[in-house]
Amino acid sequence: MMNLRRDVFQAIADPTRRAILVLVATQSMTAGAIASNFDTARPTVSKHLQILTECELLQQEQSGREVYYHLNPNKMKEIADFIEPFRKLWDDRFNKLEALMKNYHSTK
Amino acid sequence: MELKTKIHAEEGKQDLTITRDFDLPLDLLFKAYEEPVLIEQWMGTKVLKLENKRHGSLEFETTDPKGNKHGFHGVIHEFSQNKRITRTYEMENTPFQPWLEFMEFEAVSENTSRLQMHVVYRSVEERAEILKMPFAQGINWAHNTLQEVVGKLKLA
Repeated sequence: MMNLRRDVFQAIADPTRRAILVLVATQSMTAGAIASNFDTARPTVSKHLQILTECELLQQEQSGREVYYHLNPNKMKEIADFIEPFRKLWDDRFNKLEALMKNYHSTK
Repeated sequence: MELKTKIHAEEGKQDLTITRDFDLPLDLLFKAYEEPVLIEQWMGTKVLKLENKRHGSLEFETTDPKGNKHGFHGVIHEFSQNKRITRTYEMENTPFQPWLEFMEFEAVSENTSRLQMHVVYRSVEERAEILKMPFAQGINWAHNTLQEVVGKLKLA
């Protein structure tokens, strides 16, 4: 029972899946409507939708007989946030550099 | 408050830019990248070798809190005083491939300067892994701290 939860970062590494996310960012869409935007075979698009849903980037919503896919903004925010520790690492380094060189300036 | 260090990493690309404005004149900012003794202080690394010239090489070594040593090395392709450093950089004993760094230094005013680092990784996946590292480390450290606390509780 491995890989129960898929890796979000692997999910967005695929160009078709990124295109799907861009598509549904503006409005919720059915699987058919999403597939009509791609030349790829319908089952392939379904597979992508399944992966995106499993990693919670997309959410399904039943409306009558149709299932609509829409973006999960909270999960998208997680992706945006993961870069923050990397930024912080550089910011700390550069703060040290600045403090060090200010001191260097005044003592030389 | 506006963040001083900005990271621009477009989705699905294998490169990124790091931009930082410094409250330092250009020559002082550049010096921090030129003098081994200064690099050692702000980067928290040991500088084993640094040849600031075209086709020069660099070797750094850091020691983590557990005492493990990590090596880094690279080749300098361009070294233009107060202007640009182009180099490759590689983390030793990791699955990561070397990457390419273009560092542009410029004066904003007499007493302020800007550094822009353009970093190019081997692939989109590789960039994603590198970006995730401090994120994963943060989680690990939090976990280790928790273990230490729990360990102390057990001893008490």
